[in-house]
Amino acid sequence: MKEAATFIKRVAGFAPADGDSVQPAWLAPIRRAGFARFSELGLPTLKQEDWRFTNVAPLTELPFQPAPESARNDLTADALAGLPFAQLPGDRLVFVDGHFAPELSRTGRHPDGVRIGSLAAALRNDVALVEPYLTRWTRTEANPFIALNEAFFRDGAFIHVPAGKTIEEPVQLLFLSTGRAAGVAAQPRNLIVAGRESQVTIVETHVGLADGATFTNAVTELAVGDGAVVELVKLQDESRKAFHFAVLHAHLGRGVNLVAHSFALGSRLARQNIRTVLDGEGIECVLNGLYLAGDDQLLDHHMIVDHARPHCASHEYFNGILDGRAKGVFHGRILVRQPAQKTDAKQTNKNLLLSDEATVDTKPQLEIYADDVKCTHGATVGQLNPESIFYLRSRGIPRDLARRMLIHAFGGEIIERVRCVPAREELDRLVRRRLAEHKQAKLETSAV
Amino acid sequence: MSKPILEIKDLNAGVVGKPILNGISLTIRAGETHAIMGPNGSGKSTLAAVLAGRDGYDVTGGSVHYLGEDLLELAPEERARAGVFLGFQYPVEIPGVNSTYFLKAALNEIRRHRGLPELDAMEFLSLVKDKIKLLDLDADLLKRAVNVGFSGGEKKRNEIFQMAVLEPKLAILDETDSGLDIDALRVVATGVNKLRRPDNAQLVITHYQRLLNYIVPDFVHVLMDGRIVRSGGKELALELEARGYDWLTPAAAAA
Ligand SMILES: Nc1ncnc2c1ncn2[C@@H]1O[C@H](COP(=O)(O)OP(=O)(O)OP(=O)(O)O)[C@@H](O)[C@H]1O
Ligand SMILES: [Mg+2]
Repeated sequence: MKEAATFIKRVAGFAPADGDSVQPAWLAPIRRAGFARFSELGLPTLKQEDWRFTNVAPLTELPFQPAPESARNDLTADALAGLPFAQLPGDRLVFVDGHFAPELSRTGRHPDGVRIGSLAAALRNDVALVEPYLTRWTRTEANPFIALNEAFFRDGAFIHVPAGKTIEEPVQLLFLSTGRAAGVAAQPRNLIVAGRESQVTIVETHVGLADGATFTNAVTELAVGDGAVVELVKLQDESRKAFHFAVLHAHLGRGVNLVAHSFALGSRLARQNIRTVLDGEGIECVLNGLYLAGDDQLLDHHMIVDHARPHCASHEYFNGILDGRAKGVFHGRILVRQPAQKTDAKQTNKNLLLSDEATVDTKPQLEIYADDVKCTHGATVGQLNPESIFYLRSRGIPRDLARRMLIHAFGGEIIERVRCVPAREELDRLVRRRLAEHKQAKLETSAV
Repeated sequence: MSKPILEIKDLNAGVVGKPILNGISLTIRAGETHAIMGPNGSGKSTLAAVLAGRDGYDVTGGSVHYLGEDLLELAPEERARAGVFLGFQYPVEIPGVNSTYFLKAALNEIRRHRGLPELDAMEFLSLVKDKIKLLDLDADLLKRAVNVGFSGGEKKRNEIFQMAVLEPKLAILDETDSGLDIDALRVVATGVNKLRRPDNAQLVITHYQRLLNYIVPDFVHVLMDGRIVRSGGKELALELEARGYDWLTPAAAAA
């Protein structure tokens, strides 16, 4: 495919050539396969079912270029103080335009065997822990962006929690796009391995520091051993010109309890893919998300919950708040394989349209091959309830505040599922502030 | 005579293409309690809605003055801040909006309007503690979202509880008694009576004379087809209880 070749050349023009960086030999064929796969698939088009509502063509117009080193050197810990989750305790790994920044990161003392650091370092020092998992379950044929990532990723986070260990404080992964120039690309790769009966909370944040049209293509692999308890909080708040593509692939063992949250606030175009494979009995898996879009933003969530074993429960809760000419996309596929009897799978997608021009495409997709299962899905698209607004106003609350209270409540349904208390409080503040800004922006434009 | 709080003159209102109120005139003075009775669909809730400023109703004629000001000019929140309170016939459930947070925000809006300092969380809670006793309401309800999961009776008591906190000058209570058992009715009526003062007024909409045994009105008005067809003292309610409304239809009156 010619366009694929052109695109790959432009993205890769500055990336390390195959075999260039220090990397184990077994990775080379994986990279080559990723490269070949992307060359074959090319960028997705609207004709493909999984990309029907999301046009990625504008990506091809980005003036791709390497991240200027200076951007990173200017950053100090103080510059990060105002970013989301800055007050959270615990470890924090910081990546700037895709490069690990040890001087901005911090790691504390942990039980024996715990690893919290950069993937590039782990590929040098901890290959035995990495090799069994890296790229093991990701499927490049399903998504060209995964192929692209596998061809070119340089770094990302590596977290390994051995069996039975608990990391008390949340571990933060902070990905900064400096965004001073357009076309800076970052393709982080994260590997999180939570051993049997371990416990860990991870807070992954992507933010833009300036409003350049950056490109992020992140892949996170999560391997969770039997009986482990994992909470993953992702916040995407890149600049309004950014393109953000991200894949979370979670492979879950018996009796795992996973809650994965996706809060999508930023970017011009953001696509979050989540695939969870429930590969053991008695798993509880919650996917919980909120997308908050205004102007011309397009925020897309694409979920696959793959029930492979009996007696598992999965719940997906996604709420969208769409203003301006924004567009929300929700695609939720639930796959219940033949052995997965007694599956309990629920999916809800609720959307609040705050303007006449905002739109949403929501598509549930159930594929059920087992006969004794409970699967439900529901999607709603609506406006604020005028009865509720009147009730609040009749008590003296001004119209705008009444509207904001209701909108915030709609987002609050999702926020309150975050178990990590400081992260939840921070998200609540952030969403509240963002809703107020939306309103502010509206007042300013209507004043013109 | 005390000064008028509400003066309705020849009020005509309805929804698009459908007149509902056909010339209502009513004056309510400070210290008075008025009751409005009338059959289903006669326009009682519509009158309450127009007074509170609900969207969707057109006023096609007449005027409403509240403390000498044109009430119809004001937005619903401005009416509330000026002291108008509507107890809803069907209180709305608002998921995700915490009751305490909501009521504190409302009270502080009203206090600001009256030039009073805002209450902080502690001051608000101690106020709430006093008022909640008045209504015999479970304090845990206030930790929940507004009206969500409240029983029918709890919703109605919650309306009066809000009234107790917001201290309106004019309370319009739309069928606050329906759905209440006799004990709850007594509690609600006692609450309302305790809130009666020489400088405020109440407009109580009800189907049942029963409520008026507890909240004793100074005047009773009968609304039919969007008109007040008869006004009288509290004994009119007893008469309605005994005879129904038929004898008051224009045809019957003419016969
Ligand atoms: N928004 C509306 N749209 C259409 N018709 C309406 C609307 N509001 C009220 N009506 C109609 O106006 C009439 C009066 O209604 P209203 O609710 O005021 O009666 P009510 O006296 O309160 O009755 P009830 O005793 O049953 O509560 C009814 O026929 C009702 O259907
Ligand atoms: Mg009514």
